[in-house]
Amino acid sequence: MSSRSDVAGRLRPWSDVALPALTGVAMLTAILFVFVVVPDEKVQGVVQRIFYFHVHLAWMAFGGFVFVAATSAWYLRTGSRVADRYAEANAEVGLLFTTLVLITGPLWARPIWGVYWTWDPRLTMTVVLWAIYAAYLMLRRLGNGDETILRYAAVLGIVGVLDIPLLIIAVRLWRGIHPAVMLSDDPEAGLRDPTMIWGVILSGIALGLLFAWLVSLRARFAAIDDQLALRALESERR
Amino acid sequence: MWSIVRKDLAIERRTGEMLSSLLLLALLVVLLFAFSLEPERLRGAEFVAGILWTTLLLAGTLALNRSFVLEREAGAWTALALCPLDRGSIYLGKTIANLIFLLVAAVLLLPLLALFLGTTGIAPSWLLPASIVLGTAGFAAVGTLFSAMASRTRAREVLLPLLSFPILAPLLIAAARTTAAGLVGEPLEHVSAWLVLLGAFDLVFLTAGWLTFDYVLEE
Amino acid sequence: MSGLGFLAMAYTAIWVAFFFYLMSLGRRARRLEQEIETLRAAKER
Repeated sequence: MSSRSDVAGRLRPWSDVALPALTGVAMLTAILFVFVVVPDEKVQGVVQRIFYFHVHLAWMAFGGFVFVAATSAWYLRTGSRVADRYAEANAEVGLLFTTLVLITGPLWARPIWGVYWTWDPRLTMTVVLWAIYAAYLMLRRLGNGDETILRYAAVLGIVGVLDIPLLIIAVRLWRGIHPAVMLSDDPEAGLRDPTMIWGVILSGIALGLLFAWLVSLRARFAAIDDQLALRALESERR
Repeated sequence: MWSIVRKDLAIERRTGEMLSSLLLLALLVVLLFAFSLEPERLRGAEFVAGILWTTLLLAGTLALNRSFVLEREAGAWTALALCPLDRGSIYLGKTIANLIFLLVAAVLLLPLLALFLGTTGIAPSWLLPASIVLGTAGFAAVGTLFSAMASRTRAREVLLPLLSFPILAPLLIAAARTTAAGLVGEPLEHVSAWLVLLGAFDLVFLTAGWLTFDYVLEE
Repeated sequence: MSGLGFLAMAYTAIWVAFFFYLMSLGRRARRLEQEIETLRAAKER
């Protein structure tokens, strides 16, 4: 068994120092670009600056859900606690990011489309995904650490990702494809300025690092939880 | 596999529990729709199809909840898990039994709905049975897998719809569309993409359930 | 509301959410530390 220092706060150079520091620096640079350096988009004006974070929030969340499926499959095959902890952490942070997509999306849509919510294919898909992973976390909470429920959650983690392509096709057929925001007939519209591309790249890096950091923190606390439970069990036995 | 189908159907024939409760529930849901929305405005194939599938999903989920409860309560779960059949076949057997219940319910419900909603201009084509079979098959595939999972938890009545409704979203969209098209005899070209989507949904989730049921049945 | 208002609301929502999530993780860490202390005390006794 590992020593006590594993449980208590020993600093890990990568996840405790480098990752948060990098995240902070990247986030500040991204903010600087999004609010100061980048010019206003010609057609949508200042509101378009929501886009820089909104889009990456969505991509990180979807990436997180794919990760949930991968770690779930790994957990089912090997029963590895690490895999299960990462599945849970990715689902939780992914749900947080999806929630933010659903908040920033309407705030962008209102000034551009005139309504907070439209049944746009992407918005629709996002809200259904939100429900799938909210149910996933709900199942885990109801299970209270019961191994059977953890296995069920892993099955749901895999099934949830299988649903995504079907969902994408369904909502596209259903609502048709709305004019993509970046592709407009107006030659002035879109990401014309090179600093805008940098804004996209930098906010992508910042949110990617933040996602990784939050997931690693969340998974680590779950690991400590597991060890504590194990030790409590051991000392009871003695 | 067929022995499980036969067993479930035999129990059902004796008690009639599942089907009668499912139908009664479906009827009540239809009434709820009529009371809460202006019934005179709910005319047309689209409403018949939409309400049919919403009702089937709501009532079907509640009925599917019962699907594994019998095994849990009678202590037959271990017997089911120990039975010499491979787990995938148990899943398929359960799914087929549930599919038959849902199909019967859909077939009884559809004319009732058309009648209640006073729809005119109904000219069913073969698309109608196709959409109903494909739709209920996907529903049974997902519902059976999740009801086995939910039957293990404290809050199973809430959990099954919570787990299955979002996953069933693409199925509901496609099934309502194709059923509406089948009711008025629209040509196939209009909905061929939807039919393919329904078929893909069935295939994906039947396979997923068949492969993962091993982990669900294990204690 | 102006475009600037919507922009401010969107980014405020993002920061507030991250802040609260980090707070909840921090609370978790403190609770875990307490548990470790309890276990350690029980061990030394």
